[in-house]
Amino acid sequence: MGMTFAEKILARKAGKSEVRAGEIVFCKPDRLLMHDNAAAITDKIAKELNEFGVANPDQVVIVLDHTVPAVDEKTAAGHKKIREFVQKYGIRHFYDIGTGVCHQVMVEKGLVLPGMLAVGSDSHTCSYGAVNAFATGIDRTEAAALLLTGETWFKVPQSIRIQLRKRLSELVTAKDLVLTIIGQIGADGADYCSVEFWGDISYLTIDDRFTIANMGVEMGAKIAVFPADEIVKGFLTGIGVERSDWQEVWADPDAQYRQELVFELDRIVPMVAAPHKVDNVKPVNEFKDVEVQQCLLGTCTNGRASDFALAAQIIGRRRVAPGTRLLLLPASRSELEKALDAGDIQTLIEAGGVLLPPGCGPCLGAHQGVLAPGERCVSTANRNFKGRMGCREAEIYLASPATVAASALTGKITDPREVM
Amino acid sequence: MRIWYYGDDVNTDMLFPGKYTYTCSKPEEIRPHLLEDLDPEFANSVQAGDIIIAGRNFGCGSSREQPVVGLKAVGIQAVIAKSFARIFYRAAINQGLLLIEAPEAVDYYQPGMAVELNADLGRVRIGTQEFLFPKPPPEILGIVEAGGLLEYTRRKLRERVGRK
Repeated sequence: MGMTFAEKILARKAGKSEVRAGEIVFCKPDRLLMHDNAAAITDKIAKELNEFGVANPDQVVIVLDHTVPAVDEKTAAGHKKIREFVQKYGIRHFYDIGTGVCHQVMVEKGLVLPGMLAVGSDSHTCSYGAVNAFATGIDRTEAAALLLTGETWFKVPQSIRIQLRKRLSELVTAKDLVLTIIGQIGADGADYCSVEFWGDISYLTIDDRFTIANMGVEMGAKIAVFPADEIVKGFLTGIGVERSDWQEVWADPDAQYRQELVFELDRIVPMVAAPHKVDNVKPVNEFKDVEVQQCLLGTCTNGRASDFALAAQIIGRRRVAPGTRLLLLPASRSELEKALDAGDIQTLIEAGGVLLPPGCGPCLGAHQGVLAPGERCVSTANRNFKGRMGCREAEIYLASPATVAASALTGKITDPREVM
Repeated sequence: MRIWYYGDDVNTDMLFPGKYTYTCSKPEEIRPHLLEDLDPEFANSVQAGDIIIAGRNFGCGSSREQPVVGLKAVGIQAVIAKSFARIFYRAAINQGLLLIEAPEAVDYYQPGMAVELNADLGRVRIGTQEFLFPKPPPEILGIVEAGGLLEYTRRKLRERVGRK
């Protein structure tokens, strides 16, 4: 009997010829990601670090992105502690503030490659499924233990296979597709599972796949993954990764799935996740009278140059509606540079947009763009939980970069097809 | 003992708001903000031995572990839910917080009913009805019995270098 992607990769990493869903295996992940939380993580094991050191400094990646630049003295002290840790233990893969959101940095720096096993102390670590990696989130305590031992346990997940057919219509994006999927299967529809995408995926760019894999955790998935096809190979060549550096993995044709689903992409329309649940998804036209005070374009879900290009194409020479704020949050410095070269950031700033430093900013409510009671934000981020943007009496609507750009023009949640 | 009863999809921002993620790590810092946006009464009146009963997908959202660290620190005896989100489930094992997946028990529970838990026997009694739940696999019990993942790791490291 064949194996799924998850079974194959965990078998390989555990040094076994075969594993099955439900089994527990011990593996050494290729990567361990931490961000600003590295300060709290290393605090837990200060004594043991002195005694035993870091098991594998090359396994470790640290990207400062969550409260950047520092919000207050406490977060500044945290950043300082992390820089000292990096120095002391020779952590090569360290990226200081302004480089970007950890997940985008992991992929664009080639730190995570097809067939790799990566864990990170952030729930959106599942993003690297876009480049055929088994990538999943863990907590701070587990990251601390991994620093010391370099290994951890995995329960081999059951798998769900999602076939994508045909292609998305104009102004309908990967974000609309993933919101549609989450709306249909629910916020726990893929709990503990691996979600494998296949079918007409050659129509989806790396950016599209990143957006989809990023939100795998919003349907409960352990991982969400695409095969290493020509698109992935082209992307890796483009960032200078040698073909000999990686070995892709994919499911056998006769692998066993818990569930198989099909989505017809030409039938997807712009979708919105209404407060306060990511699976509270309806077509955009059901929200057309909803006024918004803030529009957030960016984050690790949709802060790439392609997202800014789409928004700039929609906004053109027009201006953001009075009473509405447009925040631009690039996923990384590299994506910001690309969007600057293309002239799209200039277009969005001339329209009234406010540029934030590459990072997580308002997404977690710690700083930059915190909402006031009674305010509404339409955002390209990945969560609309109550209180998420720093205020429990505010509302967050999730949508595509096209819908956010259209909404910035009108001050109300707007179907991008109506303003072109 | 008090029962705290909540619905489906209780997420990590409800359990511990993201805005405090980088300023609160210790139990005493976490405690005042526990369940702040879901149930402001919780932090004020929770007591050791209390139980949380909830619907599906408890703990969905962020990988921040403060919700688990906080619930463990205030002495929550167990969270009984229809299902748990996976990072939260892992975090609970790592802190030694008991999570019980028992959908029938949650469906049966009505506010006001007595709840009696016997984790060693894998049994929870709600009112007059008894429900069984599976015990965790041995690999996981090892972590829980050591008192959490860090203690488990410390032991393993010390054994490796041949001292206690």
